[in-house]
Parts: sequence; C-alpha cells; structure tokens
Amino acid sequence: MADEGATVLTAAQDAGIYIPALCHCPDVSSQGVCRLCLVRIEGRRRPEPACRTIIEEGMVVFTDDPEIERLRRVILELILSDHDFNCLLCPKSGQCRLQELVNRIGFDEHRFSRLEHTAKDLPIDTSNPFFDFNPNKCVQCTICVRTCHEIAGIDAIDMAYRSDNLRVSTFANKPLKDSVCVSCGECMERCPVGALIPKKFKHPTREVKTTCPYCGVGCGLYLGIRGNTIVRARGDDESPVNHGGLCVRGRFGYDFVNSPDRLSLPLMRAYDEYAQPSSVVEMNEEGRPITLPLVKREGKFVEITWDQAIRYVASSLAHYKGDEIAAISSARCTNEENYLFQKFTRVALETNNIDHCARL
Amino acid sequence: MAGLAASFGSGAMTNSINEISEAACIFAIGTNTTANHPIIGRQVTRAVQKGARLIVADPRRIPLCRLADIWLRLRPGTDIALINGIMRVIIEENLMDTAFIEERCEDYEAFEASIMEHDLAAAEKITGVSAQDIVRAARMYGSIAPATILYTLGITEHSHGTDNVRALANLALLTGNIGRPSTGVNPLRGQNNVQGACDMGALPNVYTGYQEVENEEVRIKFERAWNCKLSPSNGLKMTEMFDAAHEGRIKALYLKGEDPVVTDADTTFIEKAISHLELFIVQDIFLTETARLADVVLPAASFAEKDGTFTNTERRVQRIRKAIEPRGNSRPDWMIICDIARSMGVEGFDFDNTQEIFEEMRVLTPSYSGINYERIEKSGIQWPCPDNEHPGTPYLYSERFNTSSGRAKFAPVSYRPSAETTSHEYPFILITRRSAFHYHAVMTHKAEGFDELRKEERIEIHPTDAATLEIQDGEVIKVSSRRGSVKAKANITEVVPAGVVCMTFNFAETRTNILTNRALDPVAKTPEFKVCAVKIEREESAYITKDYIRWGTGKS
Repeated sequence: MADEGATVLTAAQDAGIYIPALCHCPDVSSQGVCRLCLVRIEGRRRPEPACRTIIEEGMVVFTDDPEIERLRRVILELILSDHDFNCLLCPKSGQCRLQELVNRIGFDEHRFSRLEHTAKDLPIDTSNPFFDFNPNKCVQCTICVRTCHEIAGIDAIDMAYRSDNLRVSTFANKPLKDSVCVSCGECMERCPVGALIPKKFKHPTREVKTTCPYCGVGCGLYLGIRGNTIVRARGDDESPVNHGGLCVRGRFGYDFVNSPDRLSLPLMRAYDEYAQPSSVVEMNEEGRPITLPLVKREGKFVEITWDQAIRYVASSLAHYKGDEIAAISSARCTNEENYLFQKFTRVALETNNIDHCARL
Repeated sequence: MAGLAASFGSGAMTNSINEISEAACIFAIGTNTTANHPIIGRQVTRAVQKGARLIVADPRRIPLCRLADIWLRLRPGTDIALINGIMRVIIEENLMDTAFIEERCEDYEAFEASIMEHDLAAAEKITGVSAQDIVRAARMYGSIAPATILYTLGITEHSHGTDNVRALANLALLTGNIGRPSTGVNPLRGQNNVQGACDMGALPNVYTGYQEVENEEVRIKFERAWNCKLSPSNGLKMTEMFDAAHEGRIKALYLKGEDPVVTDADTTFIEKAISHLELFIVQDIFLTETARLADVVLPAASFAEKDGTFTNTERRVQRIRKAIEPRGNSRPDWMIICDIARSMGVEGFDFDNTQEIFEEMRVLTPSYSGINYERIEKSGIQWPCPDNEHPGTPYLYSERFNTSSGRAKFAPVSYRPSAETTSHEYPFILITRRSAFHYHAVMTHKAEGFDELRKEERIEIHPTDAATLEIQDGEVIKVSSRRGSVKAKANITEVVPAGVVCMTFNFAETRTNILTNRALDPVAKTPEFKVCAVKIEREESAYITKDYIRWGTGKS
C-alpha cells in the first residue's frame, strides 16, 4: 500500500521496485528533467516520468518493457555523449549515479560511437575554497539548483544559456567565490556525479555520530574519521534539529582539531628562579614541587609535565579562598564539564564567583 | 536571559527550531540569522516560501531583508522605542488578545498606561522609522497568528539589553503569542553550549537548573549532596570579576575555554585587569591571546576528542562522542578538573566517565532529571523533562508560567538612549557583528579555506560618509573611540545606513573590541557591544606612500 499523493517513483522505491532516475533527489521537489524514469501506464498514450506522476487507485504501471528500455538507452546515450567520463581519475567513481545507471541500463556501443561527442572543455571553477565545480561532468539534473533554492534558500546558481550550451551558472557567470554563494556545500552533497566535488577528499574509514561545536543550533552530524583525523562531516538526516543540513562552518570547519597550533603539553611561564631553560629541564627531571610566590618574568613559556602542572595549580589555588578567587567557565565545553567546574568552584574554591560568556 | 526570566519565569528559547517554518508571521529583530544561525535562517526562508510574513528590524541591510515584507531600519539602540510604538498601535487598534491577558498575565494596567505615554511621532523621531511602517508592522504582527519573535545579541548587547528583552516579552504577551506552537520569544544562542553552561549553573547566582544560591532550602540540598559548606551569597558576574581584579579584590582567576582579551568589550581594560592578578590559570585548546597572559596554560581536548552532552538553543540535550584520540598530550577538561580537585584533597571528584557526572547532575536538577545517556542515544530531549517517561517539552508555558503566581508579568519599560551617544568629535556609531564565514577569533582561522573567503577585517561604511571623508574602497582607515583605535580596510557599502559603521570581531589582528564600551546592563551586566561612538580618519600617509613608491621605482 502506497501513501496517498505519492509519486509512482517513490511508491515503487518503497515497494522495492527499481526505476532508474538521475535527477531525482528525495530532499527537493521533482522536476522530471532527466526522463530516465519514464514508465508506461496502462490507458495512457505516452510514457510518463515516474517522478512526476501521482499514483491513482487501480493504476497499472509497467516499469520495464522493450519500448521503455529502448527509450532509456537512447536518453542515457545522449547524456553520456555530453559527459566527460574519465571515470578512472574521477573522485566520484564508485559512488556516481551515472555509472550506476550505465551498469543497470547499458548502452548500444555501435550507436553510441556514431553520436557526436559534444563534451566541451569548459573551465573548472576552483574559486571556492571547499569544493570545485566541473561543468564538463555536469549532467544538468538541476539538483544543485533546486537544493540552493529549496534547502539553502540562497539562489546562488541557476540554469543559464540554451540548448547545447545549457549549464549551471551563477549570476552573470561569475566564479562561485564572487557570487552570493555561502559555501554551505549542500549542492555538493547531493550532486549525483563528479561535477561538484570537495577539494580535499579522503574516504573516511569510520563515522562517529556527534553534535556540531559551532553555534547554538546544535546540528546533528557524522564525523568521518580516517586514522586519527577528521576528513569529512555530513549532516545527520535523522536529527530533529537540522534534518541533514549543515552550514559552511559545520561542514568544512574541522581542521582546527588537527591544527599544528594546538596545545600539547601544559605550559608555564618561565620564572626568575628558573629563567635558564636548563634549570627548567632540571626541575622537570627532579619533579620537585614548585613553591610560591615566584616573580613573574616577561617572556617565554616552558613545557612542563601534567603531574607538575596539576600539583602546581592545586597548590597555588589552595592559597586563595572565597572572595579572592574567581572562575570563568566556557560555553564551548560540555554540560558535564560545566557542572563539574561550578561544583569545583563552589566546593573547592568556596566561592560563587563563577560565570561564563552568556552575557557577552 | 534575565529579561525573559523576569517576564516568564525562565530564560530560554520558548519554542523549537522546527516550529519556525510553520509560523505565519516572523518578527526578526537584532538577528542576522542567515549568517550566524544558517540552519535557522533556512527555517525562516522556508516559512517565507510557504507564505509567512516576515518583519525584519535591523539597522543593517542584512540578507533577510531581501525576503522581508517590512524592513524597519531603526537607529542602533532604539529598539524599545520601536517595540513600544508597535504595541501602542496594537492597543489602539484593539488587536490584542484580551482573553489571554486576563487569564494568563498580570500587571497589565500599569503597562498599558506606560505605553500610552508616548505617541507614534515620538517613536518615529527616536527610531528613524516612519510611523506608517510602524503601523504596518503592528497590524501584521498583531493580526497574523501564530507569530514568533526571533532575536539575538542585537537586542541583548546593549546597556539596556534586559529592557529590550522585556519589551519583546510584553509584545508576545499582548498578542497572546506564547505557549502555543510556532509562537514565542526566541533568543537564538550564539555559542554551541551557552544554554547548557547556564543550565549547569556556571552562573554566580544559581546552581544547576536555575536553583537560586540565596534560597536556603536549595543550598542545604546541595550541601548534603556535595558534603560541604556552601557560600550563601551570590558571586560576581564575569564583567564584575574584571573590575574586581582591576581593583585587586580578586587575586586569582581560573579561566577555561574563553578569550576575553579578544571578545570582551574594551579589551585594553581587560588586559590591564588581568595584569593585576597574582595567579591566572587558563585552560584552552589553543594558545589564545588571553592564554598568552597566563601563568599556567593547561591544554584541553576538543569536542571531537571527548564524550559528553551539549544543550542547544531550543533546550535540546544532545550527545557528543569521542571520535579521535586527544591531540598530543591534551586532556578533556573534566579529567583536568577532577585531577586538580583530587590533588587539593577535595572529595566528590572521583569520576571514571562523563556519564557518571551526568547522573550526579540530573539527580540534583529537576528539569534534567528524566534525561539520561540511554534516552538521548539516538536523538536529544528538550528540557524540562521531569521523569523517565516524559517525552520532553518542545514549547514552554502551555499551561502556566514559571513565576510564583503562574502568570506572566507585564513590565513597563521605556526608551533610554545608549550609554554612549555620538558627539562632535566621535560622530559615527559603531556596530559590531560576526562574519558569516568566521566564528569568533580562533576556530575557523585554524581551518583551511575560511580565510580565503574572508581574510581580513573590512569596515563597512556608507557611500555618503565615505565621500565626505574622501575615503576610497579598500583604503586603510583608522577607527577611534574614546578607548582606543584600530586600523582596517574600508568597505564602502549601502548595507549600513549613513552615520553608522560596522566591524566584526573575528580577526585577532584587528582587535575591534578595543573600541567597544564596557557600559553594563544594570541587571544582566552585559556590555554594550552593539553601540559605541567612533571617529573615522584616513591613513593618508600609508595610502600616498604606496602609490609614490610604485611610481618611483618603476615597478608598477
């Protein structure tokens, strides 16, 4: 039983029946651009696109017969004739919808070789720092255009030019970087072929479900991990907050985690007594407790071990109690850490002088 | 938050993110939603695509203005005059929800009298918005339901921020737009876990779940749970801490995961206050500008390297999970705190994992007590969630408000000028904001690509002002306030109105907050980031030299 108002395509997909489609994307409206989902419906003269035909009571649909198969092959061959199919070097290879369709539908090699191959050598738009747009691989399915309008609400791109020259373009055909594009990458996520491709792409070996660390919206996402590095992020379709959507920061902003500028060891200011680096090393080896007070010296930090750091902090905090001391927590830390930190301030430092940047 | 808490009983987004796209009317004031909360911006876009009416109030021509039915370009800092004007029209044209006011609210009469004191002509004069537009906005918000209000720091970062929020709360109460789906007064919170940090009691006046420090019953409960004596008096707020440090009353400060030297107002003062400290401990993932001033810096682990929960702006408690090992020898904050506490000989810090901490917390926190790690494994739960069967609360106040009487309070508020107004010497108003491509000062700069999109500070200035000062687009100009000055390139644009300039605080090289004013809101103690008076000067010498050298050396 299919839902009322469902299209032939979604009803068939729900029932596990395969209908080939290139321009269909469940997140955006159907346009019926590619014509690969043509099906024959009993009582109707012409084949109809499954993605645009609403099911009716008692409707009899043929998803495959020799006539439909012939039509699909011709359509596919025409799409291929306009496609730069250098699959071996394409990062999309293996996940490409067009590849999958060729495997499913097949093509007539003899007829295909006689077609005029119109694949043009159009310039690749590499202006965006996160993804490239290669118009030579574009199949004009318009999923990116619909995504930009319906999901992102930006309308940075649309179809431009006519006939053979039809292509996806920004306003006035400017590079993406100079357009109103906000680099959210929603189009890139949905591109069925290798036309919109992330710049630094590595396949993750595992994924971890988590929550975005940027703004207060708290989008659900999966971090793709390879080794000990975050290589990609994708929105969590099941998240009640973002339903799979992400913004530029949430999708591409994770290099900071692996930044070489990250702090690794506790740092301490070099004090007068230990101003010479050698004496600091000495102190490290002996691990003798650092006594207070020391004179602060302008200048460098030295790395110390965690043991020393914890002991130093604990012993120096013990000198201050109540109103003399304050603690500032962080809106970037977890609930558990904030709970613990306010407990620490109230119990160990004996003061209510705790706050964070909520009012900033 | 203090403003909402005073009107309704608790300070949090009243409704859910998903409800925004179902609203019939959206009033977005002081929020550049598409830049700072893009996913919520999409909800607004979707609502408009479905036919909702959108009213935008902002001095800058933000991207949302393109979708708006009405754009109210008010002068910076005049929000209360605008909102009161709107409410006057609603009362005069009898668009208010009288039944709701009688059943669910109190103190209405005094409020109505205060609104009637000022007429629309006064509002027009103060805000610069025509009376006609105020009437149109009032009719739209007052007659189309459900209507929702969205706001962010454009409302709160003023010396009268709490009053701004109360004015918005009055507006929602007046039209009965609260306690139902797709209505409410919704502060969109900026930091990922600012809601959670407040809920967890990282505040000087409350324990977890906003249980007051000064309430003896509550204090005894926590003293029993933590097995210690607790201070009965409220602590200092963050902005007061720096005053106290400056005066030598605070001698030691332990700070984690914040960068006040870049992001706080009047940073010169903050730096000076920090230099007076005897002991300054910073815990962060980067050596921030603030950490550079510390005595000890403890390296913390990032969000991807630890377990825990975040609470988002719609009160939804969600899991984060450890995806990779901490970089180098950095460690999760909770482990560091536990170690220090144990080393100090303090009891009650023996936790093996974050789940144990969460369990201890939820027993003490009524609004979180029904939430546990198993229940939020797949998707988060919105507090209040009092027991294990409770499904969570998508919108607040459907039955009663969290005040002692259960009724919401109308509060008369009136317009006060910003703490700093323009003068002959400082004729421009400076607004500060965040860039769509950056997040504060560190994270995105350490990620590749973002600097390509926006690599340096650009001061937005109106073409008329630029022409008067003979400033060229891209020229380096000097912006000075009474507290200091910074230099950056000019960006001549009509996004800002004449007389107003706008800068971000995303770039550590251009320390915008040297300029901003520490004038505090009397209740919330929020500094006035959004309005300060500045003057603009050309950096003539630099400009001319550059051209001259090119000519002289023949290398052009």
